Amino acid sequence: MSEILDVLLAVLGGAIRVGTPFLFVSLGECLTEKAGRINLGLEGVLVFSAMAGFGGSYLTGLWWVGVLLAGASGALIAALHGLVSSLPRVNDIAAGIAIMLFGAGLAFYLGKPLIQPQAPQIPSLPLGAWSDTAKVVAALQVNVLFPAGVVLALALAWALKNTGWGLKVRMVGDSADAARALGTSVAGVRIAATTAGGFIAGLGGASLSLYYPGSWNEGLSSGQGLIAVALVIFARWQPVKCLWAALLFGGAGALGPALQSVGVTGYYHLFNAVPYVLTLAILVWTCSPRQSVRGAPAELGVVR
Amino acid sequence: MNARATAESIALPVLALAGGLALFGLFVWVGGHSPVQAWTLLFRGAFGDSFSIQNTLQRAAPLMLTALAVALPARAGLTVIGGEGALVLGGLAAAALPYAMPLPQGTAGTAILLVSAAAAGAAWVALAGWLRQWRGVNETISSLLLGYVAIALFKHIVEGPLRDPASLNKPSTLPLAEPLRIGSIGVFGLSDVHWGLVFGVVACVAATFWLSLTTHGFATRVVGGNPRAARLVGLPATALIVTACAFGGAAAGLAGGIEVAAVHTSANASLIAGLGYTGILVSFVARHHPLAVIPVAILFGGFLAAGSLLQRRMGLPDASVQVLMGFCFVIILASEALRGRLGELFVLRRAPVGGSDAAGGAGGGAGSSPALATAAATSGAAR
Repeated sequence: MSEILDVLLAVLGGAIRVGTPFLFVSLGECLTEKAGRINLGLEGVLVFSAMAGFGGSYLTGLWWVGVLLAGASGALIAALHGLVSSLPRVNDIAAGIAIMLFGAGLAFYLGKPLIQPQAPQIPSLPLGAWSDTAKVVAALQVNVLFPAGVVLALALAWALKNTGWGLKVRMVGDSADAARALGTSVAGVRIAATTAGGFIAGLGGASLSLYYPGSWNEGLSSGQGLIAVALVIFARWQPVKCLWAALLFGGAGALGPALQSVGVTGYYHLFNAVPYVLTLAILVWTCSPRQSVRGAPAELGVVR
Repeated sequence: MNARATAESIALPVLALAGGLALFGLFVWVGGHSPVQAWTLLFRGAFGDSFSIQNTLQRAAPLMLTALAVALPARAGLTVIGGEGALVLGGLAAAALPYAMPLPQGTAGTAILLVSAAAAGAAWVALAGWLRQWRGVNETISSLLLGYVAIALFKHIVEGPLRDPASLNKPSTLPLAEPLRIGSIGVFGLSDVHWGLVFGVVACVAATFWLSLTTHGFATRVVGGNPRAARLVGLPATALIVTACAFGGAAAGLAGGIEVAAVHTSANASLIAGLGYTGILVSFVARHHPLAVIPVAILFGGFLAAGSLLQRRMGLPDASVQVLMGFCFVIILASEALRGRLGELFVLRRAPVGGSDAAGGAGGGAGSSPALATAAATSGAAR
């Protein structure tokens, strides 16, 4: 019985720990997709920014420099996606695949000297300090980026709904023709949204390399960026729902390590595949061949 | 396709690859290395002597097959990138079959192994195509996710139920019996190149034949090129799409089976080497044309073969070839923007262009300048 409780507690703590990168990448992707483009390259953005964030923190000794550098480098890589897919006859999905491989290759190349060392980590908030059980305290050590992500989700939802800037993004995403008729630069807004989305996703990369797992290696991200892309469809392009979806996927991702810690090891690899299978199941459940998914930006090709 | 379009179809990727190599040179130069040395080593490591040529061909063989896993579904209109998963499962199927049934020792046994490898790959990629037709699930995302699931399944089975107790440091299945393995061709000076190369070339030629000369292949291209027309003439789109995906997956699964039977002799983690991902790039550079896949796969096989030379001689990280491929991929896509106006590029530069918004949606809405309108029209015709 206590083992089940332990697993539940570990999954809850893990949901936040593992879910934080999901949250940032899905918020970044949400913004990008609201403007009518899909950026599959966020997987590459995530890997590259994780490397850059780790490098920044290691070289300066300041974790927040690493976090900012991760965001900036994520924005840079995403801007490349935005520019390339603004060219005529370039498909944003294909550009995403290219950026995925490009970002990963560049990160592995530049990150070679960073595999061994330790870098100053992102501090954690002791949300479990009220409890005198060590396990509760340990499970509720929360990455400071997580509350920042919650605030960001709320802010993004508000800004998309209530600001002129948000209206522009939604207009470009729902009808490029209408935007053009009003004299808005469709490509410009999309590039800006993709770049900003890359910055947000880059913060998720920092959370990977500077909090959990908290080091840089070539296997750091295995599809988290991609899962986050699918997660946005599940969240129906609503930033606040991205938060819940990220926690759900974080919990699914934490299941394997949690079971391993109580001695269930035989199915380690299969439990690690749970998030992918869950994502597929959710896509099958959410999508429909006949109409586009409810809430989808009309210009988005991915859910046609 | 007229002569000019054909010439352009060759010139554009060649120019783009040159651009990728140039950017890579710039990249290593910024890192304090000599770009000329990097280019020289890339060429020497790929095609410099008989050893490197054989190494190149050895690596090109699976790339041809994994490129088909992208190219064939692409001709049916799908961007499937599940080659890595199909390859891994194909390798697993080939290594696992001797556990399940007694096999005739010799060529017949090898053939059965390879058929099971192709079937495993075919099922995996066909699943992504079917999910799209059945539920409208984006096939690019689902095929990538299925790839991760395939790798997890592979690791679970190789490190668990089928693990050879003798493989201590590197979990592997039991090695294939000697008569089941694939040997080297051993003629024309190809003493080290295994028969996988022949499989790759034959598969590419067969795929070209299927697409260009059979009714079924033509119908597949109609579904991919103009889904509306396909619907109007009553083509069975779902069957054609799933079949094209299955063909592509079979090729990648075959690649996995061959890698196991010819190189690794058992299924282990060495199989997960990113060959499926490199195949994506090969297919895009070859513009999803199976016959063009052959030379492009040899070129990138050469770059992979030269990677270790860059590492040894210049002290570059082993990911340098990945960086090179990343540059090539981005530029190859960007070069599509020049299609149909390679000759008039410099004229267009000076002409007033209707604002950056015209670049927004490919062929979406009327561009405000005549040049862009014709570009949109030709792009429609090219599809």
